[in-house]
Amino acid sequence: MSSFLSYLISGISLGSVYAIIALGYTMVYGIAKMLNFAHGDIIMVGAYIAFIVFTNMGLPPVVAILASVAGCTILGVLIERIAYKPLRGASSLSVLITAIGVSYFLQNSALLLFGADSKTFTSLVNIPSVTIMNGEVIISGVTIVSIAASIIVIVLLTLFINKTKAGQAMLAVSEDTGAATLMGIDVNKTIALTFAIGSALAGVAGVLLCSTYPVLSSQTGAMPGIKAFTAAVFGGIGSIPGAMIGGMVMGVVENLSKAYISSQLSDAIVFALLIIILLVKPTGLMGKKVQEKV
Amino acid sequence: MNTKSKTFRSNLVTFGLVLAFYAVMEAMLKGGMLSSLMKGLLVPLCYYMILAVSLNLVVGISGELSLGHAGFMCVGAFVSAVFARTLGANLPSMVELIVAVIIGAVFAAIFGFLIGIPVLRLRGDYLAIVTLAFGEIIKNVINAVYLGVDSNGLHVSLKDVKSLGLEDGGEVIIKGAQGIGSLPRNSTFTFGIILLLITLFIVINLINSRQGRAIMSIRDNRIAAESVGLSVSKYKLTAFVISAALAGVAGVLYSHNLANLQATSKNFGYNQSIMILVFVVLGGIGNIRGSLIAAVVLTILPEKLRFLSDYRMLIYAIVLIVMMIINSAPKVVEYRKVMAEKYFKKDKKNADGGEA
Repeated sequence: MSSFLSYLISGISLGSVYAIIALGYTMVYGIAKMLNFAHGDIIMVGAYIAFIVFTNMGLPPVVAILASVAGCTILGVLIERIAYKPLRGASSLSVLITAIGVSYFLQNSALLLFGADSKTFTSLVNIPSVTIMNGEVIISGVTIVSIAASIIVIVLLTLFINKTKAGQAMLAVSEDTGAATLMGIDVNKTIALTFAIGSALAGVAGVLLCSTYPVLSSQTGAMPGIKAFTAAVFGGIGSIPGAMIGGMVMGVVENLSKAYISSQLSDAIVFALLIIILLVKPTGLMGKKVQEKV
Repeated sequence: MNTKSKTFRSNLVTFGLVLAFYAVMEAMLKGGMLSSLMKGLLVPLCYYMILAVSLNLVVGISGELSLGHAGFMCVGAFVSAVFARTLGANLPSMVELIVAVIIGAVFAAIFGFLIGIPVLRLRGDYLAIVTLAFGEIIKNVINAVYLGVDSNGLHVSLKDVKSLGLEDGGEVIIKGAQGIGSLPRNSTFTFGIILLLITLFIVINLINSRQGRAIMSIRDNRIAAESVGLSVSKYKLTAFVISAALAGVAGVLYSHNLANLQATSKNFGYNQSIMILVFVVLGGIGNIRGSLIAAVVLTILPEKLRFLSDYRMLIYAIVLIVMMIINSAPKVVEYRKVMAEKYFKKDKKNADGGEA
C-alpha cells in the first residue's frame, strides 16, 4: 500500500512536469494551429541554462531558474519570429517540417556547445523531503515543488486568459483569427506572446525535469516533449484544463506501469492508452467537438 | 487523350530516371569509381526511395499525415528477419529473399489494416499523433520481446531468455533489446532497384486508376466525394494498407542488409518517420518523382557533408528550415511568381502546362 502510494505520488510529480510542458504545446496549437515539435528542445535549452548558471557559475538557484525562464522566453520568441512567422498562411505540413528543422537545429547546437557526453544535473530544489504515514512514504522536495509549480502555473494562466485583455485577445485569435483581426487585435503580437508564455513554461519544466531525472544531454527534451505532446492530445489539444489532466494521467500511468508491469513497456502502455482514448473520444478528453459545415 | 498520353510519358520518365540511376551506379561500381561509403549507401538508397514513395501515397495522394511509417518498416524488418533465421535458413538465398519480401509485406499490411480501421476515423493532427504513438509502441514492444525456437515450435516471452523455457538445443532468435543476430545479409542493389520499380509500378498504377482518382477526390473534398457515393473509409484504408505493405518491403530490404537487427529510436523511432516525411515534403507532396529525388539527395547529402563532422547536422537543420521558407512562405512564393512573370513572360504558356 505504501509503495503504491509513493509510486502514485512520484507519478503525479512527473505528471505535473508533463502538464507544464503540455500547456505550452496546447496554447501554441490553440492559437497558431501548429504542432511545435521544437517545444521539447526548448526544455533542454532551459535546463542547460540553469545548469550553467547554477553549477558552473555558482549563482543561487532562484537566479538560475529566472535565467532559464528568461532565456527560453527569448528563444521561443526568436524562433517564432525567424522560422514560423514567414510561414504563416502556408500549409500546416510545411510548418510542421520547419518545426522539425528547428528541433534538429537546437539539438545539434547543444551537441556542439556542450559536447556529446551527458551532464549530471544538480537539483536546484533544496527543500527537505517530507515523510508521511509513519515514515513509510517519503515525498522528496522536488516532488512538492513540481506539484506546487503546476498548480500555480495553471491558476495564473487561467486568471491571465480570463481576466486580462491580452488573454482575451488570445482566446479570440484561437477562436477565429479573421474575426479577431477585424476587431483590431494584433494577431502577430498575440501569437508572439503565446510563444513567449509557452517557452517560459518550458524553461520551468526543464528545471523541474532535470531536478527529478538528473541526466542532461542534447536529447533530454525529445522524449518528454513527445510524451507531453501526447498528454496535450489526450486531454484535447487546445484545452488548458485538458493539458493539465492529460499530463497528470500520463505521468501516473507511466510510473505505475513502470512499477507493476514492465519498465520497458511503460512507453508502449502510455501510447496505447492515448490511442484507446482517441478512439472513444476522437478529440481528446476535454476537446471541443467541431461541427462540420457542408 | 492528350492528358492520358502526358501522364503516361511522365511516368515513363520516372521509370527511366530510376533505370538511369541504376545504370550509372552499376557502371561506377564496376569501374571501381564508388567509394566504400557510397557502396554502403546503395541499398539504403533503395529502401529510402521505397519508403518515400509509399509514404507519399498516404500523405500526398490520400492527404493524411502519418508519423508512424517507420513502425511498418519495423514490422517488415523483424518478421522477415525471424523468417530468415527459422524457416528460410535452409532456402537458397534468392528464394529466401523473395519469400521474405512477401511475408514482410503481408505482415506490415495486416498491421496497417488493424491500425487503419480505427485510426482513419480521426483527422489531421490527431491522426498524426496516433500513428506516431503506434510507431513508438511497435518499437517498444519489439525491444521487450524474447523469441526462441526449439522442436516444439516458437516460444515468446516478455521477460528474459530463461523464461522462454527452451529445450536443449533450442535457439534464441530475438534477444529483447539486443535484437536479432547472424542475419544472411543477402540483399543487393539490383534486388533493391527491382523492388523499387515494383513499388513505383504499384503506386503509379494506383494513382492513375479509378481507385486512385476516388482517393484523391476524397482528399480534395471529402464531403463532395461522400455525397457521390464513394466509401471514404474503404478508399482511405486501401491507400493506407498498400502504403504500409510497401514500407514493410523496405523493412525487409533493411533487415537483409544488416548482420544484426535492433529496434532503436534511430532506425525505427519517430525520428525515422519524420525523416521519411521530410523526403516527401521536400520532394513535393503528391509528386512521386520528387520523392525519389529528395530521398536520394537527402540521403547522400549528410554523408557528403561528413567532412564538416559535428556541424553536419546543424547545417542540415538550417538547410531544412531555409528550404521550407523558400518553398512555401506565402511572401516568398508571391515574390517568385512576380519574378517569374517579369522574366519569363514569353514562356508563360509552357509553364502553365508543364507541371508534373
